[in-house]
Amino acid sequence: MSEPIVTQDLVQSADEHAGSAHPTAADKPRGLWGDTWDILKRRKIFWISLVMLVLFLLMTAFPTLFTDKDPNYADLARSMEGPSEGALFGIDLQGRDVFARTIYGARTSIIVGTMATLATVVLGGITGVLAAYYARWTDILISRVGEMFLGLPYVLGAIIILGTIAPAQSNPSEFMIMTVVIIVLAVLGWPILMRIARSAVIQAKHQDYVQAARALGAGPLRIIFKHLLPNSLAPILVYATITIGSFIGAEATLSLLGIGLRPPVISWGIAIADHAQYIRTGAHALFFPAAFLSACVLTFVMLGEAVRDALDPKLR
Amino acid sequence: MATPAEPILEVRDLVKHFPLTQGILFKRQIGAIKAVDGVSFDLHRGETLGVVGESGCGKSTLAKLLMALERPTSGSVRINGRDITTARGGDLKRMRRNIQMVMQDPYTSLNPRMTVGDIVGEPFEIHSEVAPKGDRRRRVQELLEVVGLNPDHINRYPHQFSGGQRQRIGIARGLALRPEIIICDEPVSALDVSIQAQVMNLLESLQKEFELAYIFIAHDLSVVRHISHRVAVMYLGKIVEIGRDAEIYDGPTHPYTQALLSAVPVPDPEGREQRQRIILQGDPPSPANPPSGCRFRTRCWKAQEICAEQEPALEIRPGSPHSSACHFAEVRDVVGSG
Amino acid sequence: MTEVLSAPSGGGTHGGALLEVEDLHVEFRTRAGVAKAVNGVTYRVDAGETLAVLGESGSGKSVTAQTIMGILDMPPGKVTGGQIRFRGVDLLKMPDDQRRKIRGEGISMVFQDALSALNPVFPVGWQIAEMFRMHRGTSRSEAKKKAVELMDRVRIPAARDRANDYPHQFSGGMRQRIMIAMAIALDPEILIADEPTTALDVTVQAQIMGLLAELQRDSNMGLILITHDLGVVADVADKIAVMYGGRIVEEAPVHDLYRRPAHPYSKGLLESIPRVDLKGHELYAIKGMPPNLLDMPSGCAFHPRCPYRRDNCVTDVPALYPIDGARGSACHYWREVLDGDSR
Repeated sequence: MSEPIVTQDLVQSADEHAGSAHPTAADKPRGLWGDTWDILKRRKIFWISLVMLVLFLLMTAFPTLFTDKDPNYADLARSMEGPSEGALFGIDLQGRDVFARTIYGARTSIIVGTMATLATVVLGGITGVLAAYYARWTDILISRVGEMFLGLPYVLGAIIILGTIAPAQSNPSEFMIMTVVIIVLAVLGWPILMRIARSAVIQAKHQDYVQAARALGAGPLRIIFKHLLPNSLAPILVYATITIGSFIGAEATLSLLGIGLRPPVISWGIAIADHAQYIRTGAHALFFPAAFLSACVLTFVMLGEAVRDALDPKLR
Repeated sequence: MATPAEPILEVRDLVKHFPLTQGILFKRQIGAIKAVDGVSFDLHRGETLGVVGESGCGKSTLAKLLMALERPTSGSVRINGRDITTARGGDLKRMRRNIQMVMQDPYTSLNPRMTVGDIVGEPFEIHSEVAPKGDRRRRVQELLEVVGLNPDHINRYPHQFSGGQRQRIGIARGLALRPEIIICDEPVSALDVSIQAQVMNLLESLQKEFELAYIFIAHDLSVVRHISHRVAVMYLGKIVEIGRDAEIYDGPTHPYTQALLSAVPVPDPEGREQRQRIILQGDPPSPANPPSGCRFRTRCWKAQEICAEQEPALEIRPGSPHSSACHFAEVRDVVGSG
Repeated sequence: MTEVLSAPSGGGTHGGALLEVEDLHVEFRTRAGVAKAVNGVTYRVDAGETLAVLGESGSGKSVTAQTIMGILDMPPGKVTGGQIRFRGVDLLKMPDDQRRKIRGEGISMVFQDALSALNPVFPVGWQIAEMFRMHRGTSRSEAKKKAVELMDRVRIPAARDRANDYPHQFSGGMRQRIMIAMAIALDPEILIADEPTTALDVTVQAQIMGLLAELQRDSNMGLILITHDLGVVADVADKIAVMYGGRIVEEAPVHDLYRRPAHPYSKGLLESIPRVDLKGHELYAIKGMPPNLLDMPSGCAFHPRCPYRRDNCVTDVPALYPIDGARGSACHYWREVLDGDSR
């Protein structure tokens, strides 16, 4: 037997090697987001959706970059004129420039989509975290209420609520009707996000580090905000991105049915609704808003899926 | 081990039953899993009590009860005379400063979204009275140094460390509040053999330096023998035998301890053909429905009628110089140690 | 059990051992780079012999076994060199369908995690019977009968009734028995057991090791026991191969290795483990940590942790130097280690 190595040596030697690289270690500190970015930046679908997203965001923020026409200027004499040099996408039923209206429509769609998603995330996130953290009766109550909302068919629910608050013949202000639509989308959409947040938090809750924090005497707020939320954010974020897309589609659907947004708001959904019966005579007035709508929905869905793939450790 | 008068941890008749329920909306209890069923022991300053037993014997539930992560069904856990099981709010939080834990899995016991500095510094954030804000970074770096890590790595994330290093981070977190008691729940079983010795030596040197008392829970009897001053053997929620390490390992008196010890493979092929093995048949019964009387009787080669009728108390007996819960306790050397 | 060995014929007249691994190299292509998991492993196992392959995680012990079985995930894994000869025939050059036949009938394997190795949606008896139906085309009722016989043989109580139970209805030890039953169903000549008892309690571990030893004795199988547990090895092995960084660093008959290790790593391991029969010695701790497979140390992979290190250890890869004919050590200074010079 050789001399036993005393602990002092052990500490020193451990110190020595603590600097050496570990198989999974990179030199600069990087969390999971760093790894995710590494994967994302190598994916074509991510870059495509990102470029499209930037385009749509620019349309939202600075529509004048794309067109100098007034989307509300109407020249009935030119009603349903096809695309020409002066009007790239043609003229709509009311004699307005389709290109200008399509560009300005992006703003409504994106604002409604993001705001409704934000509201959904807040509502669904809070209820989901509460249900998961407090379990027992809180969980049962929240889950059952959520199921009641989920059981309601989406369009039917929207028709009932919107039909009551803002019936088709009423004439609410732009701000008012957008707020109402956002609230309706959020109220009908939160249960799915609640479920996602709930299961993510339940999973995180059983991790040892949460037990360790409890053993240190950490209170509920610290555990939720420092430990549970940061580790549950990924699936919530992914779903939220996809939800923006689907809410934009939903907003258009409601507008088409005449119970969602309505003039003077400019939106793709309204444009589609206005020209739905002119598909044979003036397809351009229908086609361009519809194409933008699809592209926008697709952008968010693709982005969400790209992020999900990058975050999913099983696919790595 | 010189035994000071006052134990710092006194566990008395600790019981934890998890109810088994049936029905979804209207739950009714159809039984209980008796995870811990009447456990008592003392722990003194600077001492290590090893707790061994197989999976399902209740040793991990015991750890949670001691840490007040679970509330016991009955019984008490007194730390310096005050019962942690009934403490609430600020009282409980203050008591936690005195009892901390090191967990088994170094991969799940550290929050992956926090840096090492945040993890080791979290105790100071929760107990802000312990260290003034400006002082915390220095304290964290000191702790990292104490456990043998490079203090410059304070901004790294857990995944940039190896398993052994992560376990050191967990130990540093446990040490931060200067507790008198640390519960170690299988602290080395997830580590590679060559790393286990490093972590065990570290735990031993920290014990000497800070006069720590350890409850060392493990399934590996060799590891427990190495580090413990006293050892408690658990079977189906009860302690069946408890005593100084030499008493338990060189002269076990409970048949379960004897079987357990004889089953441990000795890393020495000499005379392996002659080695006596007590091979227990079958698996332990379910803790939801333990046998009457002595719980070990269904697998015991000594079992007689009295074992089914009367539960043996954990006490010093004619055949056992230390406490043993067997009607027929007698010393038998099964590991052939010198 | 049938006594007839229906493994592919054609072998038998070759000169070598039953199973010979020679200079095997395996790599993993990962995002972070090429991980060299196995770097020239050579070992042989004969009928009736127990070879223990000892190593820590990342030592390449399991990857070698998976390569022998042909169950290595490729990609990311890739065999970059060497041979695996079973009865003299190189398995790596064999077409897939022939190789599949050898799996189970010639060489089979028991895994560490029986719960995930068994299919949760089929009764265990059905899963064992499937081995016979797939490989032998045995009729349904006959296969079922053989399955129950096998469950009896691995001592599962009330085998006939329990054959219809699902894996989750068994305890860990019983599940491991079922895995063993499946592995020996077709009378393999080589059984690879990869950490077969690591997940089990010590009393159950003793039962399973006893069962494996007994089965081996009865059928004269060659057994490759892959483990990190020096205790388990000491109990059952005939010879032992210690792996580190994808290489065999020491190979010896089991008594020789425990009595006089000839490699600093084996020696360090033996001194670093606590023993149930001894108390009072401070544990020697091998400093540092296992090598990074993506960035192996130059020369001898153990040199950063080695107390015997000299300059040439950093530059020259040591070959497995033969010692006394029967053993070998991949250390330039094996003589010093063997003679027990102080560090």
